Amino acid sequence: MEMIKKELALDLTVNLGGMRLNNPVTVASGTFGYGREYEEYIDIAGIGAVIVKGTTLEPRHGNPPPRIIETSAGMLNAIGLENPGVEVFINEYLPYLHAKNVTVIANIAGNTLEEYAALAARLEGCPGIAGIELNISCPNVKQGGLQFGTDPQMVKNVVQAVKAETSLPVMPKLSPNVTDIVEIALAAQEGGADALSMINTLMGMAIDVRTRKPVLANIFGGLSGPAIKPVALRMIYQVYREVTIPILGGGGIMNATDALEFIMAGASAVSVGTGNFVNPQLANEIVFGLRTYMQENQVPNLNDIVGIAVQK
Amino acid sequence: MSCLDKAMVLNNRQVGPELFVMELSSPAMAGKCRPGQFLHIKPGGTEDPLLRRPLSIYDVVAGSGRISLLYRIVGKGTGLLTGVKVNDYVDIMGPLGRGFALPDQPENILLIGGGVGIAPLLYLGRVLRERQCQVKVLCGAGTAGQLVAGDRFQGLGITFVPATMDGSAGVKGLVTDLFKSDDTLAGIDRVYTCGPEPMMAMVAQWAGAHNIWGEVSLEEHMACGVGACLGCARKLRNNDDGYVKVCKDGPVFNINEVELYKN
Repeated sequence: MEMIKKELALDLTVNLGGMRLNNPVTVASGTFGYGREYEEYIDIAGIGAVIVKGTTLEPRHGNPPPRIIETSAGMLNAIGLENPGVEVFINEYLPYLHAKNVTVIANIAGNTLEEYAALAARLEGCPGIAGIELNISCPNVKQGGLQFGTDPQMVKNVVQAVKAETSLPVMPKLSPNVTDIVEIALAAQEGGADALSMINTLMGMAIDVRTRKPVLANIFGGLSGPAIKPVALRMIYQVYREVTIPILGGGGIMNATDALEFIMAGASAVSVGTGNFVNPQLANEIVFGLRTYMQENQVPNLNDIVGIAVQK
Repeated sequence: MSCLDKAMVLNNRQVGPELFVMELSSPAMAGKCRPGQFLHIKPGGTEDPLLRRPLSIYDVVAGSGRISLLYRIVGKGTGLLTGVKVNDYVDIMGPLGRGFALPDQPENILLIGGGVGIAPLLYLGRVLRERQCQVKVLCGAGTAGQLVAGDRFQGLGITFVPATMDGSAGVKGLVTDLFKSDDTLAGIDRVYTCGPEPMMAMVAQWAGAHNIWGEVSLEEHMACGVGACLGCARKLRNNDDGYVKVCKDGPVFNINEVELYKN
């Protein structure tokens, strides 16, 4: 006979390096626009945090098409940081999200240290931002982006430069396209990062055998989706063992079980990315699934199982 | 307003070589569909293929709650769709995108479709006829068996002019060869086109030369379908204006707005 379990009071709140989230499920930058795009499908204020599209100082047109192609259990993208620039973000997108009580994490990308610092300075004091994610790992732009994310000294420098300009928590998004992710994570921590976001896309490509050319106009693109989940889990597991700051984990999360894997590998919170394209309600469904798991397994606080699978 | 729905499949049958029509029951969505919009459909619950497929709305009969989709097998996703059975449920999102701009008063309309590009033109034709427009459709295909929409157009009182590459129906050759006859074009107020891009590029050139207003409906690989991922970008003719999103800014554009692929 099944034991009758008592109804637990659940605590899903997360303190992600000073970013206070009502639940641990966020949506990844570049997969959710500015939130409003998905408003007809999901209660965007119910999402742990909306990490908005990467913002640069000046508007960017992005890369020529084709920009995306589906691959086995995943997709490649080379958008090239198309965005209207930080002023439009602050004046047109942010106030709407703030009014709707959406937890917003800004995502900034620069070509130089000075640009990252200037972006952080410009966002300082803007109401409605819970934290800043640093895009130091975009594989699809010629300058900046990835080159900031693959050199430990550069990672440290860019985190320090941004920290100097902001009172908000700072969370660099790490690239998986490195030899030693732990080295990069430690450099970010030394630079003063409040949390780590892991992982960005894996650089890849596809070839059209009919035209005998690369499919993407940018040739290379970032691989995302379920195909990269094992790689993301491995990297989070490795980094969790070595750092003291919390990790926002993601890479191919499609359901609550996937999210639990990331949490058990050491992620304090998770991000849903490509999964949003398939199911725009996924973030909130995962929250529901986490609650069910916590009830069934008598886990009152999700923090109790963060990193529980990690063998130190 | 668009939404998510689990729609019951009323019909899913082959209508021509690689061509299928799926009829769905979605009272939640059917009443909102405008010609030129699309549904984003998930082919099965698999992670491979992962993404939804954007399919043009082929027909909606007002008040019926039913939406028809015409699709061609182009890969894994559409291949899976052919296996969907009557009474199964499919996961759809929509209606999405900007549809065709419709005339306010009765006009002489020319529709030009190539291949499966005929799909959005049928529902457009239905709505134009409801608005008392005179409508003619030029329809290109490889062979007669692929001209699957002819009876439906004719049933709406629309003149159906086919062209086939093998000459098995209508004029032998490309649908654009039909432009060569000037009386095909006499008195046309506006043109709507959907099909292979070189065909649409020729239509655009022709419409420009005759100073006729027109719209094109584009197809692109899409991920989100709602303007969030910026994956389905297309270049505007004026390069300085950057890119548009086929899913949100389109899939219908003014015939002069977007740079069409010439091959």
